[in-house]
Amino acid sequence: MGMTMTQKILAAAAGLPEVKAGQLIEADLDLVLGNDITSPVAIHEMDKFAAEGIFHKDKIALVMDHFVPNKDIKSAQHCKCVREFACKHEITNFFDVGEMGIEHALLPEKGLTVAGDVIIGADSHTCTYGALGAFSTGVGSTDMAAGMATGKAWFKVPSAIKFNIIGKPSRWVSGKDVILHIIGMIGVDGALYKSMEFTGDGICNLSMDDRFTIANMAIEAGGKNGIFPVDDLAAAYMKEHSAREYKVYEADADAEYDEEYTVDLSTLKPTVAFPHLPENTRTVDEAGDLAIDQVVIGSCTNGRLDDLRIAAQVLKGKKVAKGIRCIVIPATQRIYLEAMEEGLLRTFIEAGAIVSTPTCGPCLGGYMGILAEGERCVSTTNRNFVGRMGHVESEIYLASPAVAAASAITGRISAPEE
Amino acid sequence: MKASGTVFKYGDNVDTDVIIPARYLNSSDPKELAEHCMEDIDKEFVNKVKTGDLIVADKNFGCGSSREHAPIAIKAAGVSCVIAETFARIFYRNAINIGLPIIECPEAARGIAAGDEVEVDFDSGIITNKTKGTTFQGQAFPEFMQKIIKSEGLINYINHK
Repeated sequence: MGMTMTQKILAAAAGLPEVKAGQLIEADLDLVLGNDITSPVAIHEMDKFAAEGIFHKDKIALVMDHFVPNKDIKSAQHCKCVREFACKHEITNFFDVGEMGIEHALLPEKGLTVAGDVIIGADSHTCTYGALGAFSTGVGSTDMAAGMATGKAWFKVPSAIKFNIIGKPSRWVSGKDVILHIIGMIGVDGALYKSMEFTGDGICNLSMDDRFTIANMAIEAGGKNGIFPVDDLAAAYMKEHSAREYKVYEADADAEYDEEYTVDLSTLKPTVAFPHLPENTRTVDEAGDLAIDQVVIGSCTNGRLDDLRIAAQVLKGKKVAKGIRCIVIPATQRIYLEAMEEGLLRTFIEAGAIVSTPTCGPCLGGYMGILAEGERCVSTTNRNFVGRMGHVESEIYLASPAVAAASAITGRISAPEE
Repeated sequence: MKASGTVFKYGDNVDTDVIIPARYLNSSDPKELAEHCMEDIDKEFVNKVKTGDLIVADKNFGCGSSREHAPIAIKAAGVSCVIAETFARIFYRNAINIGLPIIECPEAARGIAAGDEVEVDFDSGIITNKTKGTTFQGQAFPEFMQKIIKSEGLINYINHK
């Protein structure tokens, strides 16, 4: 019986000739990731370990991104705890204010994630690196602690759903619309415990930033990971960003899938997920006349350079509607700088938007754009759960940067064509 | 090992943001987290919950963020077991790793209502609804999992091994 792409990576990392869905394995890890919320819990757990030390100082990444620059005293204490741990163990890849970015935009940019890697991260959106052909999945703080100490993690080998991507998207359709469409189709638990394997001729029509967005939201369908084949574009990205050697795995022709779907990019329209689940999707032309209060363009899902370029194209020479707060958050320092050099930040500021330092901030209701009772926000983030961005009576509408920017101009949920 | 108490019942897709909102994640103290447990889905939960009580929910319990603070808050609030039709996978792993007993059992999720008195026998996997006089067969906890729970989590269990 053939193996899926994910199963092949896991078999290699477990030192086994083959694995089957449902099998329990112990795999070697190439990278263990944590942030300023999850790492303190993991560090506390590590203190309980009888054995001292970490498995490899270059294979742990600690990124201060959720509540930094510190929003309050308690957050500052958390970061201090992680900073001291990183210093004590001489962890190479510790990213603090000045060097940090939102972890899932930062690590590929720094070349720390490449094809064939097995990566765990104490953050649910760790599945992002599947865009490069890596197996990466979110875990909790205890798994992170065990991973930092031993360099290993146990996994149940997942079965998979295959998404055959065909066609070419129209001008305003991006990776965000693709993944929202898929989540709307299969539901928030449609891929529970499973791999989402993307394949097909249409993938060459998706930029790397589109692919990062799609893999990033695999967790919003309950998926264990989302993964793309390694093509020339992915190889070029890795060569540009990383000195590490990568390894390409391909699914066997006779690999077994629980389900198969075909997604024709040419038929997709800009898509919006209504409150309070990412599966509540409608195309933007079905959204109706909904007045909004805030727009957020950023996050590990949509804070990359392509995303900012698209938002700037829409906002260029226009004004954010009176009464709308439009918050733009480049995901990393490098993206921030590139956006500045391209003149995108000028476009945002002249349009009446604000530009923030990289942070997860409002996406999880941390700070930098908390919603009041009854307020509505169009956001390029990944979750629209009750209370996610503020008051339990506030509402989040998930959309692409193009739709978010267009909505900022009109003050209601709008198609970019408007 | 047994769990016994009154049931708090919830529906589908209870996410970790409503279990413990991110505005409280500037703390990792279990007691402090427990004070805000379920706050955005059930404001009365923390006032009503007693040690030993159970949470029963429908599908995909614990979806969303990987925050281990979610099972930590539930456990520190005194909850002895969570029963659901299905769990989101990161929550499932985290719950076991911190020693919070959880059981997937669709029949029990459907046959138990808020306020029912329920007993769970981890050795046999039998869930008894004492209020309605019905029983359900959940999966028994393997010995190692019972040991993780008794050790108050994976790390202590590894140390004791």
